[in-house]
Amino acid sequence: MFSYCLRRTLAAVPVMVVVALFVFLLLRLSPGDPAAIIAGDMATPAQLDRIRETLGLNQPIYLQFFHWAGELLRGDFGTSLMSNLPVTQLMAQRLEPTVSLALLSIVLSVVVAVPMGVIAAWKHGSLIDNAVMSVSVLGFSVPVFVIGYLLIKVFAIDLGWLPVQGFKRISEAGFGPFIRHAILPALMLSTIYIALIARMTRASMLDVLGEDFVRTAHAKGASETRVLFKHALRNAGVPILEVIGTGFALMITGVVVTESVFNIPGLGRLTVDAILSRDYPVIQGLILVTSGVYVLINLAIDLSYALLDPRIRYQ
Amino acid sequence: MSDDATHAGLAPAPVLEIRGLKVTTHASPAKPILEGIDFSIAPGETLCLVGESGSGKSVTSLAVMGLLPKGSLTVTGGRIELEGNALLDASPKRLRDLRASRMAMIFQEPMTALNPLMRVGEQIEEVLVMHQKGLSSTQRRERVLEMLDQVQLPDIERVYASWPHQLSGGQRQRIMIAMALILEPKLLIADEPTTALDVTTQKQILKLIKQLQERHGTSVLFITHDMGVVADIADRVCVMRHGEVVETQPIEALLRRPKTDYTRQLLTAVPSLRPRAAREVTDREIVLEAIELEKRYGQTSRWARLTGRASAQTLAASEVNFALTRGRTLGIVGESGSGKSTVARCVMRMIEPTAGGVRVMGKDIASLGRAALRPHRKRIQMIFQDPFRSLNPRLTIGASLIEGPVNYGTPRGEALARAAELLALVGLPKDALARYPHQFSGGQRQRIAIARALAMEPDVLVADEAVSALDVSVQAQVLALLDDIQRRLGVAVLFITHDLRVAAQICDEVMVMQKGVVVEYGPASRVLGAPEHPYTRSLMLAAPGRHWDFSRFRPLDRVLEETPASASNAAVYP
Repeated sequence: MFSYCLRRTLAAVPVMVVVALFVFLLLRLSPGDPAAIIAGDMATPAQLDRIRETLGLNQPIYLQFFHWAGELLRGDFGTSLMSNLPVTQLMAQRLEPTVSLALLSIVLSVVVAVPMGVIAAWKHGSLIDNAVMSVSVLGFSVPVFVIGYLLIKVFAIDLGWLPVQGFKRISEAGFGPFIRHAILPALMLSTIYIALIARMTRASMLDVLGEDFVRTAHAKGASETRVLFKHALRNAGVPILEVIGTGFALMITGVVVTESVFNIPGLGRLTVDAILSRDYPVIQGLILVTSGVYVLINLAIDLSYALLDPRIRYQ
Repeated sequence: MSDDATHAGLAPAPVLEIRGLKVTTHASPAKPILEGIDFSIAPGETLCLVGESGSGKSVTSLAVMGLLPKGSLTVTGGRIELEGNALLDASPKRLRDLRASRMAMIFQEPMTALNPLMRVGEQIEEVLVMHQKGLSSTQRRERVLEMLDQVQLPDIERVYASWPHQLSGGQRQRIMIAMALILEPKLLIADEPTTALDVTTQKQILKLIKQLQERHGTSVLFITHDMGVVADIADRVCVMRHGEVVETQPIEALLRRPKTDYTRQLLTAVPSLRPRAAREVTDREIVLEAIELEKRYGQTSRWARLTGRASAQTLAASEVNFALTRGRTLGIVGESGSGKSTVARCVMRMIEPTAGGVRVMGKDIASLGRAALRPHRKRIQMIFQDPFRSLNPRLTIGASLIEGPVNYGTPRGEALARAAELLALVGLPKDALARYPHQFSGGQRQRIAIARALAMEPDVLVADEAVSALDVSVQAQVLALLDDIQRRLGVAVLFITHDLRVAAQICDEVMVMQKGVVVEYGPASRVLGAPEHPYTRSLMLAAPGRHWDFSRFRPLDRVLEETPASASNAAVYP
C-alpha cells in the first residue's frame, strides 16, 4: 500500500516539471521580444528595459528557467503587470470563491446523481430509468448560461427567495449567507455533472448487477437495498470516482461562465481579465495552479482506487 | 394400520418437490424454456440433474431459488415445494428468509462468485447478520471460523481475513460451500460446482460435499454435464433435454439400463479413459520440435531493482522437449498452471520463449524477428477453446476464412473457392459462407474455426482445449472430424487439454506437465494406460467415473487402483 502511494506520488513530479517547462517556454518561444509582448504596444523603451531586467532576459535561456523555477518553488509567481500586486496574492484572493463553489457543486452532483444512477440501473428499462436518462440528456444539451438565467428568473426574481448575484465568503460572512449566494451557481454548475455522473453510475451498475457475486448475494437472501448498496455500488465505484474526479477538476477551471453570470470574484474571472489584458505573469501562474490542481486530483483518484479495491492495493 | 400409512412411513416427505414446472421467456412470442418438469428429492439424497447446454437444468435450479433473471424469464405454471412451502406463491420477503436458511446454492465459477471487495470471512458472516439477528459479533465470528474448519481450509484465522483474490479456485469454492451450509439448510443446490476446477481439486470438493451432506443430513440437487461426476456421486439421476425430463432412475440402473435413446447416446458419447491404440507410423518427417524450451515470467522490474527487492520470477515452462511427426497427434496434459498453454503459445510465437528452440519444418523460429517470422506463421495455426469468442461477430464466415490466405497473397476468388471446399470438408453447407457466426451453434462454430485454421494449409494445428467448451455429443463429433482431417490432409496436431478422457481418445503420444515441467512423455497407451510418474497416477485416480465403462454400460473390469504407495506419492504432488 505504502509503495503504491509513494510510486503514484512520485509519478506526479515529472508531470509538474513538464508543465512548468511548457509555461516557461510559452512566453520565451512566442515570436518577438517577450518584453515587448508583456509590455504591450504602448510601452516606452525604459519600461521594456525594466521588464527585461526583472525577467532576466539577458541571461542564457536554461539559467533563466532554473532561476524562474527556483522562484516558483519559493512561492514567487512574479508580479502582475496590471495591478503590480504579486500573482500569488491575486490568486489567493480568488481561490476561495472558486474552490468553495466547486466543492459545493460536486457534493450536490454526487448526492443527486449517484442515487439516480443506482435506481435507474436497478429498475433497468422501466419508466424511472427512461425518466432519469431523459433528464440527463437534457442536462447535457441545455447550455449552462441558459440554466443559470432560468434559475435566477425563477428563484431570485419571481419567487424572491435568493439573491440575484454576488458572493459571500464563508471565511467572512459564515456558512448561511454563503449557501444563500452559492446555491444557484452550484446548481447551474452541477447540471452537466449530474447528467454525466448519473449516466456513468447507471452504466457501471448495470455491468456489476450482471456479475456472479451479485447472484451469490441474492442467493444468500440479501435484500435489494443491501445488494445494491453494499455489494454492487462499491464494485461499480472505480469508473464513478473517475468521473467525479475529472468533473471536479473541470469545475475548478471551467467556472468562467458561472462566475460571469453570478458576478462571483473567482479564479475564472481572474483568468478572463488576465487574458483580456495580456497579463502574462498572471496567466502563467493560473496555468500552473490549475495544472497542479488537475495533477493533485488525479493523484487523489488513484489513491482512492487503492482504498476501494484491495486488488490494486496489493499489486 | 392402513397401507397408506405404512407407505408414508417408508417414503419420508420429500425435501423438494417440483411438479409440472413451466418457464418461458419474457419476449413476445414467449419461447418455452421448461415444459413441465417433475422430480423430487428425499431427505439426505443426492439427485443429479444431467443434460447438455440448453436443456434447462440451470433454469430449473434458479427457479427453485427464485433467482430467475427478472424481465427475461418467468414461471408460467406448476409448483415448487420446499418442505411443504409453496415457493412460487411465497412473497419476496419470505423467499429471502428461506434462502441460505432452508435452501442454499453454490455456483460454477468460484473465481467470480465472491464479492472481490469484501473479506471472505465477512462474506460468510453476512449470512448470519441477515438471518440470525440475535448473535453477537464474537459469536458470529466463532461460527464462521468453525465453518471454515469444517470445509477443511488451512490456517482459518488467516483465511477469515483474506480477500477473494488471495485464494485459489478450490479454496474459494470451499468458502462458497461454507457460506451455503452455515445455517444447515435442508437443500443444497450445486450448479456445476466443480466444472471450473482441476480434477484433483474437483475430487476433494466432491468428497467434501459428500462429507458435509452426511454430517448435516442435507439433500443435494447437483447439476452437471459430466457423466463421470454423476457416476461418482449420484443416488438418483434426472436426465433433461430441451426443457423436459427425459428419464429419472437410480444411478446404477441408469448407467446399466438407460431407458431412452437419448440417455444411451449421452453415455455412449463419454470418451473412454482407456487410451486408443496409436496409429501406425506412416511418415517420419518431424514437422514441429521443441528443444529445451523455457519461458520465465516476471523479469526484475525497474522498481524492484531500485528498491533492491528480490524479484519474483515464475518458471512457466522449463526444459520442454518434444518432436511431432507429420500426421500424428501429441497431447499436452496438465492442470491449470502446469504450463501447457504457455508451451502452445511459445510454439505459436504468440509469446517469446526466454530460452530454447522451436523448429517448424526444421527451421528454428524461436528467435526470428517479426518480419522473418511471417512466412513461417502460416505453417502453424491455432484452434481456440471458446468458439463463441474466437470468431469476429461482424465478419461473415467467408470473410473470416479467406482473411489469412488473402494476407498471404492468394487472390480473393481463389481463396473463396477454397473456403467453400473447406466448409464441405468440416461438414457445413456451402451457404454458410455468407452467414454470420451468431447463426451457428457452438459445435458448428468450432468446425468453422477448424476450417479457418486449415485455410492456411498449415503443417501443424495447435488445438488449445479445443473441445472443452462443447457438450459431449458435439465433442465426439469434433474429435472425429479432427481425426478424419488428419487422415486426409496429414496435418500434425498439438492438442492441449486438461481432460484425460479426451486425451486418451485423440492422442498418439502424450506429454504430462506439472508446474512447468514435463513429468512423463511417451506413447498414449503407456502414459495413460500404465502411468509411471506419481503425478500422472494421481491425475488418473482423480478422473471422475473412472470405474465405469460408459459406452458399454458396465463397470470397467480393470482399473488403476489407489495403492498405498501411489496414495503417499500423490500426497507429494498435491
